[in-house]
Parts: sequence; C-alpha cells; structure tokens
Amino acid sequence: MKTIFKLAIALVICTISISSCTTPKQYQKMYLNDAEMELAPRKVEKFELNFQAYREGASGASSGKTGGGCGCN
Amino acid sequence: MRKISFAVIGLYLGILSAFSQQKDTSYKNKNLKIDEVNFVTSYYHQEGDHSPVTGGIGTEKLSDYATTIELKLSKYDKKLLKHEVNFELGIDHYTSASSDKIDPNTISSASSADTRIYPSASYTITNLNKGSSIGANASFSKEFDYASIGSGLSIGKTSKNKNTDISFKVQAYLDKLLVILPVELRTNYAGSRRKDYASASRNSFSTSLGFSQVVNTRLQLALLLDLVYQDGYLGTPFHRIYFNNGSEKNENLPSTRFKIPAGIRVNYFAGDKVIFKTYYRYYKDDWGLTAHTASLEIPVKLNSFVSFSPFYRYYAQTGTRYYAPYLSHSALEAYYTTDDDLSTFNSTTIGAGLRLVPPGGLFHSKHLNMLEVRYAHYNRTDGLISNIISLNFKFK
Repeated sequence: MKTIFKLAIALVICTISISSCTTPKQYQKMYLNDAEMELAPRKVEKFELNFQAYREGASGASSGKTGGGCGCN
Repeated sequence: MRKISFAVIGLYLGILSAFSQQKDTSYKNKNLKIDEVNFVTSYYHQEGDHSPVTGGIGTEKLSDYATTIELKLSKYDKKLLKHEVNFELGIDHYTSASSDKIDPNTISSASSADTRIYPSASYTITNLNKGSSIGANASFSKEFDYASIGSGLSIGKTSKNKNTDISFKVQAYLDKLLVILPVELRTNYAGSRRKDYASASRNSFSTSLGFSQVVNTRLQLALLLDLVYQDGYLGTPFHRIYFNNGSEKNENLPSTRFKIPAGIRVNYFAGDKVIFKTYYRYYKDDWGLTAHTASLEIPVKLNSFVSFSPFYRYYAQTGTRYYAPYLSHSALEAYYTTDDDLSTFNSTTIGAGLRLVPPGGLFHSKHLNMLEVRYAHYNRTDGLISNIISLNFKFK
C-alpha cells in the first residue's frame, strides 16, 4: 500500500515538473477560474466531510473539521 | 423538529425579503450587500455492528438530518478595501440506536436522539491593491451533552500576478461536555437532567498553513498543513469497555493529543469538458494513529450549465495503540477503547454529484443561481456502511 502512495506522490511531482510554469495572465485563466477548479471542498461536501471526520481517526488539512462542537454521535 | 422547520422557513423568507429590499439601494458599493446565500441540507444513515456504547458489539444504526444557511455580505470602502461578513446557522438532528443503550430505562434527549445548533460568523478585510487579507471568526455549538465556543484569526497574501496564494490561520475551540456514564457505572445516580451530570473540558488549538500555486493555464495545486493540539477529556464517557477478566469500565484515553495532517490538491482541466480533481492527505498523531487518504473526482461538463461529477475516495488507517476489540483489553492497561473509528481499517467512498447553473436561474427564480446534489456510499472493512445525500441551493 505504501508503494502505491509513494508512486502517487511521485506522479503528482512529475506532472507538476513536466508542466511548464508559464505564469498565465488574467485573461488566460478561463479554465482556472471555472467553478469546478476551486482548490477547496465545495459547500455540498460539508456534511460528508463531517461524517468522515467522525467515522475515521484522521481529520484536517482541508478535509473535515479539526475540533470543536461534538456532533460526534 | 417542527420548531426547526419553522426556524429554517423563517430564515429563508427573511433572506428573500432582504433580496427584494436590495434593489433600490443607490450606494450599494458602500453598504453591505448580499453576495450570496447558501442553503445546504443532507440526510445521512449508517448501519454497523461494533458500537462502542455496548463495548464494541451491537448496532451502530444512526440517522442524521443536517441543514445550514450561510449568508455572505460584502462592501467596499473609500480606500477600496473589501469587507466581507459571513453568517451561518446550522442545525443537526440525529437518532441513534446505540446511544439509547447508555441508559436503556430512560428515553431522554441524551439517549436516543439529540439536536445540535451551531451559529458562526466571520469578518474579512481584503486589500485588493496589495493582495493581502486579514480575518476573524467566532462560532458556538450546543447539544444536550456538549457545548463549544470557537474563535480564530487568519491572514493571507496573494502575489501581484495572482498566481500564488499563502494563508495562515489559528483556531481555538473551548468545549464542555457532560460526563454521562453508562447507567450501571454511575455511583450517584440522580436522574437524566443536565445538572445531574458532572462536566469536563476539552480544548482544541490548531494552526493551518495553506499555499496554492497556478502552474499553467490548466493546472493548479494547493499544499495544506495543519498542526492540532487537544487537551482535556478526549474520550467518550458512555463508551463501555468489557475487559478480558469480565470486569467493566468506561473508555479512558490520554488527556492530550497532537495531530499532524498534511495534504495536497491538484486540479487539471483537460480539453474543454473534463476536469481531474485529485487530493492526497497523510495524517499522523501521537496516539499511534496514521492514515492515508486519496481521492479522485472527475467533473464532466455536459454543457455550459450542467456538470456531472463521479468520484472515488480511498482511506487506509492504522489504528491507535489504545484500541482493542470486545473482551480483548486487559484490566491492567492505563488507556483503552473499543471504538472502531480508532481501529485499523480501510474504507472506500463512491458517489457522484450533479450541478445545475442555468443563466436565468432555477424554478423560475432568477435569484436561485445554482442547485447541486451529491450522493456518497461509504463502505468500511469492519462492516460499517453508510449513505449520504446532500443538496446545496445557492441564491444570488
């Protein structure tokens, strides 16, 4: 399993390295500004992330709350 | 439940009237105006057979109805600073078969069902010329056996070319919980009212560092790191432990916990219709729990106004050293839990979302800007299965 995750991380790093950092201008950001490209969970995922935080030991790093207000039935 | 429905309808009507009053405002740039309103609601249901309330065996059947309304307002001042104010009100109501086993003789709000109410507010000032922002937030949460007060501060900086963002946030939650023991372990049983139970504290302090970068016209990524420290009563008082010598106690866990989650998001727009959204998180804490989370979501734009987003999430957890199943703990151990949420397991989540953003609004309402529906099916290797369906209505 660890090997798979190491490969996944290596793949991400390779993808970023291969892609040229072209620093696009504002008018070139049509794709980046698309609502689906947001680098954060969407509002409709809010309760899904909450139940994951309660049913799993891990939380945080932009995925579920890190504390406060139980709701942990 | 009926009171909650009236409150939600009242809030909805209030929001609509706020929209109608907004039309005649001549100086709306300088006064707070409503940017958007989000109404999010969901239904969650789970089934399982390892409830810690009954020592690691027994039903985990649970249903949860949750709703939040978020109001986002903003204005610009004379110095071209953008002021953003957010208000949110959330209400959850759950019914749980296992919680009813805390005290099977009492049907109270502490046993078979409970309602949680959680309002919050935040205020952010953004200097658009300098690309800097500063913000503060406050929150409150209340249910029968749990109350929480939270506050936080955040700062952010965007590069001149708007391709790089850095953010830093500190957050604190000061919680109080009632120490509700399983009925057979209570020494001074007086009843089931709030005042009949002792209380304990639980505090959570976190820092979050975020870095996002545009790589090219189709690719962007974000790196996320949290450091979380908790202290106080970190167990759940009504979780039973049946030791291997036949004796019984309630769950006992260390009074501090330090967590480090680190994540990366990479989003790539391929062609004109397909987006690849990836996420990976590594998590480690000082209770010996480690976890890997990986997810892939592929929104497909069916046309300019409709997108369909199938997704898959895989989660692998190595459990805490304090976990052992039913009848496995030794009475000589200092800390013990039979909560499968802290055990070693894998889980998968599969589902899909549908997003509608028609240009003229939905259901003949120009203010109803977006509707999103999302379904997820969750499967854990210990047999726990759950389903959740969520709806997001966005008004503009």
